[in-house]
Amino acid sequence: MQDAVTAIAIADAAPAGRGAERWRLAARNIFPFAVVGTIWEIVAWAGVFPHRLFPPLEEVALSFVNLTISGVLPHHTIETVLRLLGGFALAAVFGTAIGVMMGRSRRAEDILLPLVSIGAPIPGLAYAPLFLLWFGLGNFSSVLLVGFVAAFPVIFNSWTGVKAVKEIWVRSALSMGADDKRLFRYVILPGALPYILTGLRLGLAQAWRILVAVEMLAAVPWGLGWLIFGARKFLNTDAMMAGIAVIAIIGLLLEKYVFQKIENYTVVRWGMVAK
Amino acid sequence: MQPIAIRDVSLNYDTPGGKVQGVTNVSIDIDASEFVCIVGPSGCGKSTLLNIIAGFLAPATGQISIGGKPVTGHGMDRGVVFQDFAQLFPWRTALGNVSFGLEMKGVANPERDRIAREQLRLVKLEKFTDSFPHHLSGGMQQRVAIARALAYNPSVLLMDEPFAALDAMTRDDMQRLLADVWKETRKTVIYVTHNVAEAVYLADRVVVMSAHPGTVKTVMKIDLPRPRDPLSVEFLDCQKELMGHLGHNTNGAAH
Ligand SMILES: Nc1ncnc2c1ncn2[C@@H]1O[C@H](COP(=O)(O)OP(=O)(O)OP(=O)(O)O)[C@@H](O)[C@H]1O
Ligand SMILES: [Mg+2]
Repeated sequence: MQDAVTAIAIADAAPAGRGAERWRLAARNIFPFAVVGTIWEIVAWAGVFPHRLFPPLEEVALSFVNLTISGVLPHHTIETVLRLLGGFALAAVFGTAIGVMMGRSRRAEDILLPLVSIGAPIPGLAYAPLFLLWFGLGNFSSVLLVGFVAAFPVIFNSWTGVKAVKEIWVRSALSMGADDKRLFRYVILPGALPYILTGLRLGLAQAWRILVAVEMLAAVPWGLGWLIFGARKFLNTDAMMAGIAVIAIIGLLLEKYVFQKIENYTVVRWGMVAK
Repeated sequence: MQPIAIRDVSLNYDTPGGKVQGVTNVSIDIDASEFVCIVGPSGCGKSTLLNIIAGFLAPATGQISIGGKPVTGHGMDRGVVFQDFAQLFPWRTALGNVSFGLEMKGVANPERDRIAREQLRLVKLEKFTDSFPHHLSGGMQQRVAIARALAYNPSVLLMDEPFAALDAMTRDDMQRLLADVWKETRKTVIYVTHNVAEAVYLADRVVVMSAHPGTVKTVMKIDLPRPRDPLSVEFLDCQKELMGHLGHNTNGAAH
């Protein structure tokens, strides 16, 4: 409601210019999708590939709607999102804690950095069989694996961020009487925040990648990864596409309504990161 | 406020290329409420000395005491203003920055806010209390830094070329402001500068350091009445004398 009122007020104030500007922006964002969509339609209708394997977009949309109304797609989505958030929360909490500890303490850095450096470049999926053997099939091991794999970028970036906190901030704070605890809370954490946020973003992307694959391996009954891989068996390309679309939409929503909001409220507002 | 005694202070830096002399055998006695400027060629150890006094570096030999107490580390009896604009916390507003020392001291809020606002008024930034540092000009940021160093009321103020990066006109304003603040608060001030006119304008005494080894060459007393007029004959004479100590050609133009 509030938004509508503001929008009207703005439209009243600047009737032509502002509105046209907005349309142009929207058109520019939509344009690449329109091009790809058109090409897709042409290929689909030309019959280059069998119809079942390459359905036109309206069939994908129809199947998206049907799956949504029947409740199948929402069920898959909710299960996946819960696993994603669970794993990501683990990565965010432990990853940040470990990274910050490495940045703050020489001893922690000496012990942990070699381990993290060796563990990070290994593809997340390579850990999957190990986790499934140790923790069994199902939710527990998939969430744990997602958390483990997503933690690496979080660790690296918070470690770098703490190291990059300007010495002059630390000295200023010390000369004003900050003790270790308050130095950490009021200077090190906000000073490292641009890096920590970057780490969380990369961690979330990592979490998506591994989760979609592991949902298949962990034999969980619901989940977008399961939907996508399972649809392959029955040549349900339209369902597959619907699952992929949901992942894209959730990713976009998280980026726009979580990360960008947090950034705008913190590091952008503080001028530490350009908008 | 607090007198400062600096006795035979030396410090060398260990670098991959070998030992680099920071400062060598520096001794200065500073009275309570005195304004002392330190001048000297680049690399002679002015910042090093200031960091030792601030407690960020421990001297290899010698000792510093403030108000009779030996300095062993950083402490709230000393406020520090660095040369770098980036010293303010970007995540705090001007008011938040100035409040920091009071917060650490445990001053509760209505009082804390009042003091911080008062300090910002003193540096003529009362209109910018809620601005974040990146929305302030360099000169305004340095003024916030000064207000921040004054707010928790340290008895000693240490300043390392705080106005060096400002344009000449802003710098003149800031110098006048600093002279006023000092007159009002009577803190003991140690002020590092490259600028001869600035030293003559501000200081009770100017410590001239020499390069290699970085040590005290002479100390010059400035007896001009305050407020000082930078265009008066006496002022220019003082400036000439100081440049002589620094080894400039006194017949040439200023700067
Ligand atoms: N962190 C450091 N590590 C190694 N050597 C240093 C360090 N800081 C300063 N030095 C050396 O110590 C000497 C004194 O440096 P200092 O920064 O105190 O000079 P300064 O008088 O403040 O110079 P300027 O006027 O250019 O700021 C210089 O020769 C410099 O090379
Ligand atoms: Mg210096």
